[in-house]
Amino acid sequence: MAAEEAGSGFNIHPMDQFVITPLFGDGPILWYTPTNVTLWMGIAVLAVIALLVLGTRGRAIVPSRSQSIAEEIYGFVHKMTEDIAGKEGLKYFPYIMTLFMFIVLSNVLGLLPMSFTTTSHIAVTATMAMAVFITVTIIGFVKNGAGFLSLFWISSAPLPLRPILALIEIISYFVRPISHSIRLAGNMMAGHAVIKVFAGFAGALGVGAVAPIVAIMAVYGLELLVTVIQAYVFTILTVVYLNDALHPHH
Amino acid sequence: MASENTAGAAGVAEHYQGMPQLNPDWFSNQIFWLVVTLVVIYLILTKVALPRIAAVLADRANAISSDLEQAERLKQKAVEAEDAYNKALAEARAEANRIVAEARAEIQVDLDAATAKADAEIAARTVESEKAIAEIRAGAMKSIEQVATDTATAVIQAIMPGTGDDKSVAAAVKTRMKGA
Repeated sequence: MAAEEAGSGFNIHPMDQFVITPLFGDGPILWYTPTNVTLWMGIAVLAVIALLVLGTRGRAIVPSRSQSIAEEIYGFVHKMTEDIAGKEGLKYFPYIMTLFMFIVLSNVLGLLPMSFTTTSHIAVTATMAMAVFITVTIIGFVKNGAGFLSLFWISSAPLPLRPILALIEIISYFVRPISHSIRLAGNMMAGHAVIKVFAGFAGALGVGAVAPIVAIMAVYGLELLVTVIQAYVFTILTVVYLNDALHPHH
Repeated sequence: MASENTAGAAGVAEHYQGMPQLNPDWFSNQIFWLVVTLVVIYLILTKVALPRIAAVLADRANAISSDLEQAERLKQKAVEAEDAYNKALAEARAEANRIVAEARAEIQVDLDAATAKADAEIAARTVESEKAIAEIRAGAMKSIEQVATDTATAVIQAIMPGTGDDKSVAAAVKTRMKGA
């Protein structure tokens, strides 16, 4: 198939951008090997430092632009945590902020041409989703003991329906990490693949490639929106799950 | 490792077949670096960024509330100053009224005194004038009497010379004049 594509001069390999390669040399990828994953996650860390540490170094009462951005992000996540999970939820605010900063910056950095989107990989998002799932479950049992199970026992429903609802609730509870992770990775992968496909069209059409370039611009704008919204969605779901663990009684 | 990546080596090579996301050979690498990254971000946030931003926001809230407090205080002061001003104004007005009334009373007293003095003077002058008039009148009567006596004497001398003396003529004139 690859040979055919090469022969037709129509080379579109939208998935190549997701391939993981070692940064140095050509060796095997072991668990500790520095790869493009390492590089782009490192760039995300630098972006976090630039935004939240360098941006706020003035500590001004009247903020500079960069400090204003940092404060906005802080206020946004802080308010979201407090609104959904209440005062008790604020204890976990640093963890939620960590997740949000990593996801939003990885997503947006992934939109740079030639970049690698770490959050487009299910391994990454599933790790985060499982971490959230396990943490939230542990918090639920530690805070409420067996009372956490009342999350699955809808006391407001008619009694005969409750066992059925409990079954549905339990299934949906265990599906959470799957939907949580696939939603983010799927969105990131699909958007980037679409841009790459249009880019391939543009390459194939050469000088007359106005339509694909316009399409790339449109999809790029949409993707910018999607990257931020998906980071928001991942974070807000984390907070909602946390709230379930803190206040399991409906 | 990464065998799939190079599986197409026989063909054009380098192009990955299928979804790179599903290559289990790469999972451990991604998970390891993800954990490292999240721990680093967490440390940066909790050690530096979040306390700093929280402090800045708290400072700002304090600054705003203290500014508002000060504004409230200044407003209170302004209200007090206005009250004091109004009070002073009222006092000044009352004082002015009092001074005016005093002055009026003083002037009234002076005026009364002057009027009384003038009245007294006028009365004195009237008495003097009346006295002068009476004197003049008396003088005039005397002159008339004299003239009448002289005339009578002259007439008598002319008609009957040697009759009557001055005294009797004067007495007769006096009697006539009184009768008139």
